[in-house]
Amino acid sequence: MKVTRRQFVKGGVAAFTVTFAAPEFFSDLARAQVRARNLVVLNLSGGNDSLSMVIPYNDPFYTNRRPSLAVPAGQVLQIGTDSSRVALGLHPRLTGLRDIFNQGRLAIIQRTGYPNQSRSHFLGTDIWSTADPNNSQGLGWVGRYLDTLPSPVDALVGWNTAGTLPHVLQASHVSVPAIPNPQGYSFNSPNANIPVEAAAERSAALRITSHVPVDRPQLAFVYTSAQEALATLDRVASVATYVPTTYPNTGLGLALRAVAGAMVRGIGTKVFFVTTGGFDTHSNQNPNAANGSYFNLMATLNDALLAFHNDLRAQGLLDDTLVVSFSEFGRRISENGSGASSGTDHGAASAMIVMGGRVNGGIYGTAPNLNPNGNPTLENNNADVTFETDFRSVYAQVLDNWLGTDSVTLLNGNFRKAGLGFI
Amino acid sequence: MARSSDALIEHLLRRAGFGARPDELDFYGGLSISDAVEALVTFERIPDTVDDNIGKSGFVNVTTRGAFAPQSNITDSRQRWLFRMVHSNRPLQEKMTLFWHNHFATGYTKIAGIAGATEGARYMAAKPSEDPAGVLGQVEMLRQNALGNFRDILLNIAKDTAMLFWLDGYTNTKTKPQENFAREIMELFTMGVGNYTEPDVYAGAKVFSGWNLQRPGTAANGTQHYEFVYNAAQHDTSAKTFSFPIYPDGSKTIPARSAAQGMQDGLDLIEGLAANPNTGRYLAAKLYRFFVNESREPDPAFVSRVAGVYLQSHYDMRAVVREVFLTPQFWDSAAYFSRYSWPIEFVIRLIKDVGWVGFSVNDALAPVSNMGQILYDPPDVSGWDAGETWFSTGAMLARMNFASQLAANQKFNLAARAKPAASSPDAFLSYFLDELVTAPMDTSTRNELLAYLRATGTWTGSDTQIQSKGAGLVHLIAGSPEYQFI
Repeated sequence: MKVTRRQFVKGGVAAFTVTFAAPEFFSDLARAQVRARNLVVLNLSGGNDSLSMVIPYNDPFYTNRRPSLAVPAGQVLQIGTDSSRVALGLHPRLTGLRDIFNQGRLAIIQRTGYPNQSRSHFLGTDIWSTADPNNSQGLGWVGRYLDTLPSPVDALVGWNTAGTLPHVLQASHVSVPAIPNPQGYSFNSPNANIPVEAAAERSAALRITSHVPVDRPQLAFVYTSAQEALATLDRVASVATYVPTTYPNTGLGLALRAVAGAMVRGIGTKVFFVTTGGFDTHSNQNPNAANGSYFNLMATLNDALLAFHNDLRAQGLLDDTLVVSFSEFGRRISENGSGASSGTDHGAASAMIVMGGRVNGGIYGTAPNLNPNGNPTLENNNADVTFETDFRSVYAQVLDNWLGTDSVTLLNGNFRKAGLGFI
Repeated sequence: MARSSDALIEHLLRRAGFGARPDELDFYGGLSISDAVEALVTFERIPDTVDDNIGKSGFVNVTTRGAFAPQSNITDSRQRWLFRMVHSNRPLQEKMTLFWHNHFATGYTKIAGIAGATEGARYMAAKPSEDPAGVLGQVEMLRQNALGNFRDILLNIAKDTAMLFWLDGYTNTKTKPQENFAREIMELFTMGVGNYTEPDVYAGAKVFSGWNLQRPGTAANGTQHYEFVYNAAQHDTSAKTFSFPIYPDGSKTIPARSAAQGMQDGLDLIEGLAANPNTGRYLAAKLYRFFVNESREPDPAFVSRVAGVYLQSHYDMRAVVREVFLTPQFWDSAAYFSRYSWPIEFVIRLIKDVGWVGFSVNDALAPVSNMGQILYDPPDVSGWDAGETWFSTGAMLARMNFASQLAANQKFNLAARAKPAASSPDAFLSYFLDELVTAPMDTSTRNELLAYLRATGTWTGSDTQIQSKGAGLVHLIAGSPEYQFI
């Protein structure tokens, strides 16, 4: 990643020569693009056990290999069968997503992954973020998209709701601000009681950060962060005033509330990153009991996405929005313990979900056959699910049909896949 | 106040410590560089009395809610560690503790979710002398072994209660091996990714099967707790073969053993991992990024030299870290200010530079979290994603806002200190740039700071003016990009 950031600084020289008067111009430009399509990248961090989320509940080996963790067939939320006629159900806590599915706005893509899938959290996340298993330290796939946008690129073209820049948004000459909470995104002063002094400090900070020392890359990087923070303060403040009460008080809920606020205020952001963790369920996974770990993960996911969906629908923004999930790997098919403490270790392929007003909802791809007899849907001595759809094919669909760019260029190859028309 | 040798000493203390209080600068500045390094590295010669000063006047405050309980309340644990970072006379011990905390990154939140908040804090932060059952918290263990033997640290970590919860070793049994710890001890704690295979992970899980927890003591007197137990009945006794050598003769197979003898498997694997040359190189590269330079990839000559000392000394971290401070790479002036400060380093250095009388470290906890770092709660087992990643826009604003907060808190102290320099904006600025040392500042930045001092009215040097301008200037300097480097 070090190389990446240096590339950023080199590539960004043009963007650094702006003056502190420029942001207002940018925001006008941005406002003209308000009806542009929004992409929300949702990271389920830790390795999602998608066999507990999209459940092949009639597969006898599902129960057999997961005596403690299997969700009983009678409890799943049935969503029909896939093209291989395997009956599927959503986790019982995903009632909101089931309703969205039934309305045709949720697509589920089963068995996504790539060859020789990494079981490392860190390498795995890098690969899913770069869409490049052979160069996992390169730029993020969404970052590369941002790099294709015509200059000048608005400082709020992206919005990262996590505290630090996720690899997926790393670009060579666009940087994405981290705004975990619009309420705290402010410039304070020790002279707050003397407005003229406070204003002088802010003015000085703006002037100082307008001279980016491009010959000192490490320093220039920090200058750019400071510059962009100051350039985006006022527009972010406008988002902070959007406070609907319908969101759950979880990290994901509040992040999606901020995303909705940015869309409603029309500040021009095109790409958002939200993340929710806790999916590394090696022990005490418990998807069945209320307040079990995985049950809670599903509650967080469901309630936040449902609130977001309903908010956007009420604001008339659902058709402009696409949410795409990813997780660094799926999990082992067989549980690793017995009773309440059991969990699942790192595995391979898993399911992705895509939500939005213009999504062609439904089930894409086929479920694994969990019979450990060497069938081709399994790998690693039948321990893990093997991929059917390369995850880059999902990205290709998003790039080509949603962001309107050329996936072959951005993904360094043709990953377009027939039958995967979820947008 | 700056003396000619100060640039070297300040560089050393920014890296080996958390910046320098005036008394630290006096003490280390009075030593030769080599004596200063030796004093830092052999810190046991200096009494460990820092905790005795918590709550005394003249020191940074802590905020108590009832009794101050750093051994059982994680907020107080955090306050105590911040206090130590400001006031310890063994700065390298605190710095290495932070290094190890990041290396063996274990998160309180998960432990507390399983064992409850009080026990979670005990397993992370208790000293045996203050715990009813003598629990040694993980970070205290790391502090005790800050410059200890790496193999001993690994073994302590493998048996550490918080780690057994964190990476799920407590559920690792022979029928259901649990891979989490086995993977991370190879990937993150020793050799690094690319130097082990998936089958190694599965074999490693079997090695540590039966490394579980037991729960002795009684709830009534507060002694009930979880602690490591080798559960022979749950140990997989089969032979385990790895892709890398376990034994000095090059053998890659841990032999089948009886269940009663099976704990030796884990000791053998730990010894093999500690002795693996990749471990020495992995640690050397990490020490380079932490102590020496982040502006370039680790220097191969440095890595080779430090990894060599690691192996020759049989994993003695005192010898290894001493070597770091003796390398030309460390003293290369190009390495000065080439390291992005971590949030905690920024906060502590600013407190040391600006002053602390009347400030409570409790009021730094939320800001440092907004900057992206929560002590005892790293984001995942790989630790904090350091370097440029600390400098998102939101985090940069959080740094500027902490500078504002501390400057407001110290407004009157700052004005009193700076009064002799109030004759002109130039003198005033020079005074503060000497107090808050930054990476070299461009003339344009310096001129903007002068313009700020001249804005809003004629310079008179009145108390009112130097109070507001002093605080404003500290806000701007500490919030400048140049101050974010150490």
